[in-house]
Amino acid sequence: MPRLSADARHTVRFILNGREVKGQASPRTLLSDFLRHQIGATGTHVGCEHGVCGACTVDVDGMLTRACMTLAVQVEGCAVRTVEGLAPAPDRLSVLQAAFRRHHALQCGFCTAGILMSLDVFLKAVPDPDEEAVRDLLSGHLCRCTGYTPIVRAALEAAAELREVQGETTHA
Amino acid sequence: MKPAAFDYVRAESVAEALAVLGQEGSDARILAGGMSFMAMLNMRLARPKVLVDIMRVEPLARLEVGKGALKIGAGVRQARLLAFDGLESGAPLIAKALPFTGHAQTRSRGTVCGSIAHADPSAELPLCLVTLRGHVHLKSARAGRKVAAEDFFTGMMATAKADDEMIEAVSFPTPKGEGTAFREIARRHGDFAIVACAALVSDNGIRLGVGGVADMPVARDIPLLDGSALDDALNALAWELDARDDVHASARYRRELVRRIGRSTIEEAKRCRA
Amino acid sequence: MLDMPQDKAGEWVGRAIERVEDAALLSGGGRYLDDLGVKPGTLHMAILRAPHAHADIVSIDPAAAKALPGVAAVLTGADVAKLTTSLVVGVKAPVECWPMAVDRVRFVGEPVALVVAEDRYVAEDALDLIEVAYEMRPAVVDPLAAMEDGAPLLHHGFPRNIASDRSFRYGDPEAEFAQAAHRIAISVRYPRNSCTPIETYGLVAEYDPHEDAYDVLANFQGPFSIHAVISRALKVPGNRLRLRTPRDSGGSFGIKQGIFPYIVLGAVAARVAGRPVKWIEDRLEHLMASVSATNRATTLTAAVTPEGRITALDWDQVEDCGAHLRAPEPATLYRMHGNLTGAYDIKNLAVRNRVVVTNKCPTGLNRGFGGPQVYLALERLMQRIAVELRLDPLEVIRRNLIPADAFPYRTASGALLDSGDYQKTLEVGLEAGRLDELLARRDKARAAGRIYGIGYAAAVEPSVSNMGYIATVLTPAERRKAGPKNGAQATATVAIDPVGSVSVHVASVPQGQGHRTVLSQVVADVLGLQPSDIRVNAEMDTAKDAWSIASGNYASRFAAAVAGAAKMAADRIAARLACVAAAQLNVPAEDVMFAGGKIAARSNPANAVPFSRVAALSHWAPAQLPEGVAPTIRETVFWTPPELAAADEGDHINSSLCHGFIFDYCGIEIDRDTGEIRIDHYVTAHDCGTILHPGMVDGQIRGGFAHALGASLLEEYAYGEDGSFLTGTFADYLVPTAMEVPEPVIVHTETPSPFTPLGAKGVGEGNCMSTPACLANAVADALGITDVRLPLVPSGVAALIHGAEPPAPAGARAKPAPAPTGKGERLMRGGGRARVGAAPEAVWAMLLDPDTLAAIIPGAHDVRKVSDTKFTADVTLGIGPVKGRYKAQVSLSDLDPPKAVTLSGKVDGNLGFGGGSGRITLAPEGGGGTELSYTYEAFVGGKVASVGGRLLDGAAKVIIGQFFAALARKASSGKGTKSGLVSRLLARLSSLLGRDAR
Ligand SMILES: Cc1cc2nc3c(=O)[nH]c(=O)nc-3n(C[C@@H](O)[C@H](O)[C@H](O)COP(=O)(O)OP(=O)(O)OC[C@H]3O[C@@H](n4cnc5c(N)ncnc54)[C@H](O)[C@@H]3O)c2cc1C
Ligand code: FES
Ligand code: FES
Repeated sequence: MPRLSADARHTVRFILNGREVKGQASPRTLLSDFLRHQIGATGTHVGCEHGVCGACTVDVDGMLTRACMTLAVQVEGCAVRTVEGLAPAPDRLSVLQAAFRRHHALQCGFCTAGILMSLDVFLKAVPDPDEEAVRDLLSGHLCRCTGYTPIVRAALEAAAELREVQGETTHA
Repeated sequence: MKPAAFDYVRAESVAEALAVLGQEGSDARILAGGMSFMAMLNMRLARPKVLVDIMRVEPLARLEVGKGALKIGAGVRQARLLAFDGLESGAPLIAKALPFTGHAQTRSRGTVCGSIAHADPSAELPLCLVTLRGHVHLKSARAGRKVAAEDFFTGMMATAKADDEMIEAVSFPTPKGEGTAFREIARRHGDFAIVACAALVSDNGIRLGVGGVADMPVARDIPLLDGSALDDALNALAWELDARDDVHASARYRRELVRRIGRSTIEEAKRCRA
Repeated sequence: MLDMPQDKAGEWVGRAIERVEDAALLSGGGRYLDDLGVKPGTLHMAILRAPHAHADIVSIDPAAAKALPGVAAVLTGADVAKLTTSLVVGVKAPVECWPMAVDRVRFVGEPVALVVAEDRYVAEDALDLIEVAYEMRPAVVDPLAAMEDGAPLLHHGFPRNIASDRSFRYGDPEAEFAQAAHRIAISVRYPRNSCTPIETYGLVAEYDPHEDAYDVLANFQGPFSIHAVISRALKVPGNRLRLRTPRDSGGSFGIKQGIFPYIVLGAVAARVAGRPVKWIEDRLEHLMASVSATNRATTLTAAVTPEGRITALDWDQVEDCGAHLRAPEPATLYRMHGNLTGAYDIKNLAVRNRVVVTNKCPTGLNRGFGGPQVYLALERLMQRIAVELRLDPLEVIRRNLIPADAFPYRTASGALLDSGDYQKTLEVGLEAGRLDELLARRDKARAAGRIYGIGYAAAVEPSVSNMGYIATVLTPAERRKAGPKNGAQATATVAIDPVGSVSVHVASVPQGQGHRTVLSQVVADVLGLQPSDIRVNAEMDTAKDAWSIASGNYASRFAAAVAGAAKMAADRIAARLACVAAAQLNVPAEDVMFAGGKIAARSNPANAVPFSRVAALSHWAPAQLPEGVAPTIRETVFWTPPELAAADEGDHINSSLCHGFIFDYCGIEIDRDTGEIRIDHYVTAHDCGTILHPGMVDGQIRGGFAHALGASLLEEYAYGEDGSFLTGTFADYLVPTAMEVPEPVIVHTETPSPFTPLGAKGVGEGNCMSTPACLANAVADALGITDVRLPLVPSGVAALIHGAEPPAPAGARAKPAPAPTGKGERLMRGGGRARVGAAPEAVWAMLLDPDTLAAIIPGAHDVRKVSDTKFTADVTLGIGPVKGRYKAQVSLSDLDPPKAVTLSGKVDGNLGFGGGSGRITLAPEGGGGTELSYTYEAFVGGKVASVGGRLLDGAAKVIIGQFFAALARKASSGKGTKSGLVSRLLARLSSLLGRDAR
């Protein structure tokens, strides 16, 4: 039974966006701080540190996870995905990201990483959502800039496009 | 807004977790989904010396229907329960209530037992547990015991669980043909309830559970009444629960919702049975 | 035109092109302040904040905090004051305003000490070790109460808490009121709220002792007039305060102007620590102590003709700026000074403006900035006029609107409304939003017994503030002394590098409004290039960039002023390039055009040279430039509109340059059971002049609408009557989510501004002004009420429709309803009685026995007797996982042996404080017994009061309440209160007396 002492830093190893990484964390180090300041993955943002705003949302082993409500030591051995892992290539955008850009679904962009992660996980499970389902999902995020409508539109359009791509690959 | 320091134990078995609780008593806390507890740590409202993470203890992840009860282990996350095939038949009330518990992003991590242990008077799962007359399975290094829901909750975030005990599982009796309904009024979607009502209607009568009003969820059995007799019963209940004012709602409003939402929830449960 | 305005063909300006900002932001490549990394050795700051709304600081003991390993420095207010001067106060008065409390705290959350340590975690550990002793003072939170006799005084320099009291008169209001057929008035309260950007404040500060210079990187948004405030506070000339902003900002909406006191703190901390210091504000700090909009109490009276024409208005505004009047306040009050007649043609105006201080967080810029406060009163008044005169509210609006042929129109108080056709915007809005159908829907709903209402609001949205409007708070004589203030300097630079590629720099500090995209469109159009050819930099660096006091991103000045300045800079460069090209093309300069990346002869487009070639010439071969043509390397334009003059002797002020127009209407339905408001239909018609980027205009409107919706229905910075702050988390301060924000119908008309280079006007704030009034009017219509309080929380709305409450049934186990305290929510009161089987004398002796006390204080260890009637104790109190240690002081007073005694106590700890007192009365009873009766009053405050609301659901409050619940709650009140004082007391008495106590 590993007991990690409060006074020491411990090595945490995990998979970040498909690549093995490691860093040093105290038991109390929040995953949000760890990702941003130890690992250097600053795309995940922090807006409240009490679980409400959703800016820090990441995917841990397929579960949507508030990084601010998770300890770094908890992701030992886990597969973590963050906004940095969404695009297919450094100079390209994913279907979802591109839909966000087309619809002006972001302004300051501070809430965006968390929302993208939620939608990314959600659309895999629910490929054909209606607007109500998208809004219900988005209720776990606060965006102060957009009034949400452009985000909903982008999500629905990305879902449609992803279904098409999916259909093509399965029928091929 | 960063937690005070603590040791972290990644328990690999129930016995290991219980050993730490046995040694450290109230200085140790279980960490489950963290969806309530981490906020308290971040705000330094809680300062345990050691956290015991139970989410890698495989036996705790059990979720099963059997012997007239739906039994949910301490490792079962709310999202998993919501997606569980047997939920609709095994606990239709929970199927209706769980979507009101937080958001997809909190249900994905938050556990069922964690919500029960947290004993927030506005939370949906404790309300369901009390309304359905479920049980809490407690375990310490010394012994295990099974506590009825109504004896488990003792006040605002206070329970009958001793410091050296953890919740191993909770169980909900499977339905016997009751009509069920759940309604909740909250300031925003996904917020804790100002008032939540859960109703079961059978030939024997009505059972109405109310969350968000008293300092713990409360359920009462009411005869199969209608019309003004039902109104009177609800009014009596509304007054009995000793509602308080807070930033989000007045005591009067809470009583009003017990009367009005209580009634519409009961009516819906009646329709559901029909 | 419905919804998103359509693209215009040909030019880049006016097209909703994809934003250059987005790819990075969508991929985790943002460059927000906290993403940028810091120098090795940088320390982290954390701030200890006042738990009390009003208290004297008796002592601060930082010793234990300083001794903690990893801590570099601990500073108190006195330490900070030694290295700084007071911040500028917004009016002339003998009042100081420190970024950290000195001697006295005046609002919950006011900084009291700061720690710099190796990381934030350790810095917060050290905060826990700082011991501060306070002596509490009475607090005042209501602006009207603050002006009353005997109200607690915050600053001696502000008698009766009034910082400013000015009256204005335009036209002949008295005469109009005297002869008016009707005099119709309304009193409204605008609540406290804030746009709470998702990124909080952040800064990195450094000090160079050799040059006595500060270098600060902060997500400040401007106005850069504040730069002077900061450098003055730090006692350095402006050129020794280098203030920089990062490329990306996570939203601001005005709020990040309010970071400046923290810049001073960070800078001083860096100086003392001798290392760079970084601070990221956390959300609890942000909610309690960043800045908020002002709350305002307004009484507005109109002189009205029988037809509903308003001939005069009389404003009485009491503005609550919180505990300190920090510059630029009281700007919120004066920003709208030229616009107090709204969209209406009203020639006579009387105004009284009072600015008061209260024990709440200081105020500052916030989206809408004064507009929401004004329009809530003005548009509610329009609705009242309609109701009282039995007119259609829409008709009252129509009859008073400024005629379309009257522009530019000078308002009574001096604003020059640049352009507009309000009638047309209104009619287009009515048509597109289908008012007829909405009216039919209301009739149908009402016929079915449902509660349905329709509201309207018309608003003029000012943009590009005149830096001189704030001087209107001064009398003309004071203004003459202070020197002239006016204008709105906008700055833009266009530069061409040696390969002929074009860069643009503006001093504007975008916070998500896509400035870089729009500027690339504007400049691309001028130079015949693609937007992707233009690289825009909007970072600010006061040490290197062209800037002025008006620089920054506020007052919706970007499209109207900054983009215009960029166009002018590009035009100037283009004019010179045309001369260079003309020489090469052998055509007159007038025949030169820019298109498709080439510079060509208009008369013969085949006669062309590549743009980059001409553009680079100034670098490579300046001697080749035609005679008299200046180099084309770099052009900086400072543009300020001549219309923005200083206030005149009669206090007329053109407070803003451009004026858009908004007409909103909506239908709402109220749930009879729950009081919840459902927005059935919302229409918002805008005229913001020329639209530069339809997608962004659309985004501004939707964003502003969502903010306004929050302010109307959900959001309030709530304070207890004693100044405790009650909404300290995002679970208590309720920001609307995707489930709460409906889809508005958006309609556009375009009347270009004649005063701005591109014809554009601001659009970012309008709905914050119109929407709260529109929704309030709809609720007033639905319920037939006059007094509409924002935010319209269901609990409050329900109280208006539910009528008398059914009484508690006789004989039921009903508990007494908590007595209405009228003292805010955190005061708990109660009482009860019990019988004891002993004579009063025996009970009395028991009560005064310290051992008894020790036994009845819950969680007490180490009870010490200070005197016969004073005790101290350490207590550990907790509920569930929430546990804290407190110091308790208990005293007995008003002794009337053996009849009555008052037991008072106070507890103080990291989680907050609590206190209260109970009066215990003993009366002899037949059979040698005693009837013991008691009343108590208890309160809690500090962190538990702020964060213990929805998220923790009151649990934290209970912990402290427990102590006094324990001191007084009735013995029989069930499981939760078994440890109540009386039950313990009874238990103790019975064990001592060996007799039955019931
Ligand atoms: C934004 C947001 C909204 C929310 N809205 C709601 C809502 O509407 N309704 C609602 O009910 N909840 C809501 N919650 C809280 C809910 O998500 C939590 O999941 C739940 O209350 C706790 O479960 P957990 O597994 O996360 O427990 P944790 O947070 O890990 O633990 C909570 C407490 O229970 C104890 N504990 C946990 N498991 C055990 C165990 N097996 N044995 C003994 N003790 C244990 C812990 O020590 C701790 O004291 C919300 C949370 C957030 C962040
Ligand atoms: S930062 Fe994690 S939810 Fe807000
Ligand atoms: S884009 Fe700014 S908060 Fe969502």
